[in-house]
Amino acid sequence: MAQPKATKGPMGHGRGPAPKLADPGKTLKRLLAFVMKRYAVQYILVAVCIVINVLASVQGTMFTKSLIDDYIVPMLGQSTPDFQPLLTAILRVGIFYACGVAAAFAQQRLLMYVTQGSLRDLRDELFSHMEKLPVKYFDTHAHGDIMSIYTNDIDTIRQLLSQSLPQILNSGFTIVSVLISMIVLSIPLTLVTLVMVVVMVMCTKYAASRSGRYFVRQQQDLGKLNGLIEETMAGQKVVKVFCHEEESIRAFDQLNEALCESACKANSYANILGPINAQLGNVSYVVCAMAGGALALTGFSGLTVGKLASFLTFNRSFSMPINQVSQQMNAIVMALAGADRIFKLLDEAEETDEGYVDLVNVRNEAGQITETKEHTGQWAWKHTHQADGSVDYVPLQGKVVFDGVDFGYTDEKMVLHDIKLFAEPGQKIAFVGSTGAGKTTIINLINRFYDIQDGKIRYDDINVNKIRKGDLRRSLGIVLQDTHLFTGTVRDNIRYGKLDATDEEVYAAARLANADSFIRHLPQGYDTMLTGDGGNLSQGQRQLLAIARAAIADPPALILDEATSSIDTRTERLVQASMDKLMKGRTTFVIAHRLSTIRNADCIMVMEQGRIIERGNHEQLMELNGKYAQLYRGNQVTA
Amino acid sequence: MLKTLGAQIKEYKKPSLMTPVFMILEVIMEMIIPLLMASIIDKGVNDGNMKHILLTGILMTVAALVALFAGLMGAVYGAKASTGFAKNLRKAMFDQIQSFSFANIDRFSTAGLVTRLTTDVTNIQNAYQMMLRMCFRAPISLVVALVMSFYINARLALVYLGAVILLGGCLAVIVAKANRHFRQVFPRYDELNASVQENVTAIRVVKAFVREEHETEKFHKANMNIYNLFLKAEKVISYNPPLMMFSLYGSILLISWLGAGMIVVEGMTTGELMSLLTYCMNILMNLMMLSMIFVMMTMSIASAERICEVLTEEPALKNPQEPVYEVADGSIEFEHVQFGYNTTSEEPVIRDMTLSIRSGETIGIMGGTGSAKTSLVNLISRLYDVQEGSVRVGGRDVREYDLEALRNQVAVVLQKNVLFSGTIYENLRWGDKQATDEECQEACRLACADEFIQRMPEGYNTYIEQGGANVSGGQKQRLCIARALLKKPKVLILDDSTSAVDTATDARIRQAFLTQIPDTTKLIIAQRISSIQDADRILVLDDGRIDGFGTHEELLAGNAIYREVYESQTRGSGDFDRMEGEA
Repeated sequence: MAQPKATKGPMGHGRGPAPKLADPGKTLKRLLAFVMKRYAVQYILVAVCIVINVLASVQGTMFTKSLIDDYIVPMLGQSTPDFQPLLTAILRVGIFYACGVAAAFAQQRLLMYVTQGSLRDLRDELFSHMEKLPVKYFDTHAHGDIMSIYTNDIDTIRQLLSQSLPQILNSGFTIVSVLISMIVLSIPLTLVTLVMVVVMVMCTKYAASRSGRYFVRQQQDLGKLNGLIEETMAGQKVVKVFCHEEESIRAFDQLNEALCESACKANSYANILGPINAQLGNVSYVVCAMAGGALALTGFSGLTVGKLASFLTFNRSFSMPINQVSQQMNAIVMALAGADRIFKLLDEAEETDEGYVDLVNVRNEAGQITETKEHTGQWAWKHTHQADGSVDYVPLQGKVVFDGVDFGYTDEKMVLHDIKLFAEPGQKIAFVGSTGAGKTTIINLINRFYDIQDGKIRYDDINVNKIRKGDLRRSLGIVLQDTHLFTGTVRDNIRYGKLDATDEEVYAAARLANADSFIRHLPQGYDTMLTGDGGNLSQGQRQLLAIARAAIADPPALILDEATSSIDTRTERLVQASMDKLMKGRTTFVIAHRLSTIRNADCIMVMEQGRIIERGNHEQLMELNGKYAQLYRGNQVTA
Repeated sequence: MLKTLGAQIKEYKKPSLMTPVFMILEVIMEMIIPLLMASIIDKGVNDGNMKHILLTGILMTVAALVALFAGLMGAVYGAKASTGFAKNLRKAMFDQIQSFSFANIDRFSTAGLVTRLTTDVTNIQNAYQMMLRMCFRAPISLVVALVMSFYINARLALVYLGAVILLGGCLAVIVAKANRHFRQVFPRYDELNASVQENVTAIRVVKAFVREEHETEKFHKANMNIYNLFLKAEKVISYNPPLMMFSLYGSILLISWLGAGMIVVEGMTTGELMSLLTYCMNILMNLMMLSMIFVMMTMSIASAERICEVLTEEPALKNPQEPVYEVADGSIEFEHVQFGYNTTSEEPVIRDMTLSIRSGETIGIMGGTGSAKTSLVNLISRLYDVQEGSVRVGGRDVREYDLEALRNQVAVVLQKNVLFSGTIYENLRWGDKQATDEECQEACRLACADEFIQRMPEGYNTYIEQGGANVSGGQKQRLCIARALLKKPKVLILDDSTSAVDTATDARIRQAFLTQIPDTTKLIIAQRISSIQDADRILVLDDGRIDGFGTHEELLAGNAIYREVYESQTRGSGDFDRMEGEA
């Protein structure tokens, strides 16, 4: 297998230091555009609710001031106090408050739909886009990193949409309205307050940047530790067999200590933001009280005692939103980094498909091919000529031709050189050769997981580039080297090859692959749930299921990539027998280690370092007395 | 559960104690500060008393500084305690996992263990920090504010008590309901992510079967389901803020109205009313905070449970009281051995097996899928314990040996083998820490790994990536064999370890074994008959029983299974029709 594996360095999961965002503004804009496109009305309503909310609470603050001065104090002088004005005022404020409460409720509800809806849409979009990406993408990206987009990055977006953004809107409105009130009350005192705000912002910035730096360190350390954990857990049995527990623990301890240290520092700096801002707010209050007191007592700048009292209340409600905004900054930076990774995945180029030849069901009556919607078991390529729009039907036969094909996973390094091969319909073509000779690669080219650099591949005399990828792959049944099963029942997994298959068809396919008997021995038979890639089955059983899955699709051509490598020889013999039945009349490409399984192939290709060095059937190759004969004799029993 | 987790606080008891202490100090200061503020306005500003403003201002600054100090200390101690606790938890789990036997490891999936060591610990860390910093602060703040209110005016304070009871009751209902929903949604959410994972790893299958749309449709449905579940949970939660505001605003208005009456009629002071109103926010905010802590704690319960599962798992294998450290020789005996992976499962994997292998023999083992080949060899190095009967190595029951001594003498090359990130030398020295470069190279020559290592740009110092991603399957197997050879074991077990090695190399490796380590007992499990046919004896297993045990010639003459396999492999599959006629 020469596929380039996803490179996972020691930093695989740490994703390195938070990469400097190229343009955070652009990312934010794009994210907002994504949300606004779907939930513009709701988000605007949320903003309106926030404004109502802020106004309700500001007028509440005003009321507590005027409560004493305007209502209670006048009543004190009256012999028969008139509570009517107070009652009216309280009712008026009550209505405002009621609006505030209603707005708060509406805001929560709307925000919930916006946030969860956006997340759902993002996930949907991510997944459907991911499914369209070429295989190459999955080869070149660490799977852990892809997963982390769905979990961690989506989570940071949730935080941003449901908390940070509304909080900032709220704080912004509060700051503005309070600032205006303060300016109206006293300009000099406002200046004093602002100076204190600058000090607060500076302190916040310092602590935030320190904490940011340690957060990056923490992420790095966490990445290293997670990498070690993953590796050790995956190889835990080997650790046991080699009694390597102490060494593992030592390596773990080292990274664990490092993480503890950086996490402690990062958290400390993040934690101190709160108390610093709160106490600086208090100091600001004292300074204003003193300065205001001095001003009021000297009568300078027309500051009255009542105004000073109001101002001080505002001073308090001014430092709170600033504190809140500063606490959201970290979350925002993280969310933007997450959004950046999400958009990067969404921007990956999809697998291109410029094919226009379709695979259709046909009825062949006296040499006359007619297209039909029914399942006839007969297929044809529907070739719509681009020049004049005329339609040709080419019966699907399974003839495959490689003509001077060159291929490399990267342009710099070619893996296959000048591959030529002809597979007549119904033939069995086998590939042998040592690991890394390029056998699997050839097969990846037939179903176009990768596109070739040079040369031509023709399928029933049609250039595969012209065939719609989906149709091309549908015509090729495939059993891969690594069996992958899906969470679901055994039945579901077999049916994966043909979604509308009846139960009878499922059983027939299982019998064909000799999987039926072991399936019936499972606790719930065909309804046994498989989880974690079929972890509860043995390697051989999983492979039998994969064969059944391919069999049910009933494809005209088959690709078997080491399909029987993990099945023991006895079972393989049984499978082989059914496979032979399955292969009858189908073009088949087989990759195998055990030469005995491919002896009856029509043509055997011996591969070495990306080239076909020998070709012919078994007898011809034995006569040639080259690499194949040598391999075969090494394999054969000389009793 | 709390006890199990609590035991891991260890050296972080002091910061864990100091955090709430400082948080309480901060709270006290914060309760004093509003009083001073009120005093500044009442006696300073209103009376035009500059001296009072100055004095109280200084006092307040001092209080603020003390609060700042307490806040900073609380912040630092809180971070220290929680990250330290997390560190200890991780370590305790990791150590515990290292003591696990194969049976224990089988119970947890690799992914499950990784999640427990990473995400779950982080959840606990955050919850713990929150708990230390807020759990005392919030209730104390709440109680002090309530007491102060009652001290100022008991009758008016009743309004708060009413609000607290109302809000508290509602919050309790909301939290309980929301938790139920969240507990439902999180497993679904994990499943959704698991299906993403599945698609990422199995993308070739998806594409080969052209099931992109099918998968997208499946995902869309699951995603929609998650969305609805989350909405249900959040709908409940969304009553929180408006309810809080309702209580807050209601209290303010009630206090204003009743307070006004009391001032006018009963002579309560305006300053007292103002102070009461200040506490309003304090009381309700803290109540809210408490409910949030509660939500967070319950959400982390699932994580805590998962961590405890690991910590309380009993290692299935224990070292004997007075272990034997020396393995006499490489002889192996099975006596009426019965074994199953699960005691509850009705069908044992190995049934009443008795056999005896002399030291230095080469034994080939073959049999169909599920015929218990791997289970059999796993018993020899005591990776699992037998249920009945006994397994003896060097004449003694494996349960009498020190585990490490036994496993150093019985080297296993596992079927699912892994290399670790590090140089080739580092990987080899898993077998023997003290091995010299020459010894490593010697082992590699034996395993026919030397040839390809020499061709690598950096030779034996080539860096192997995680999971051995940069070497081929056959190369990996040979490295794993070399690694086992470095142990210089008395018994060497190869569990289908040359399946990806070409036949010629495979033969060379076996030849090297024969000449270089003749005294080592060698057990070779293989699918290829050529890999085992020249062994001294061959064990044919079928469905957990011995079907045949003898030399190649004996088996060929008298064992149906063996003959069948032999013929199918040597004659090639072209003769199937005739073979089936015979069977």
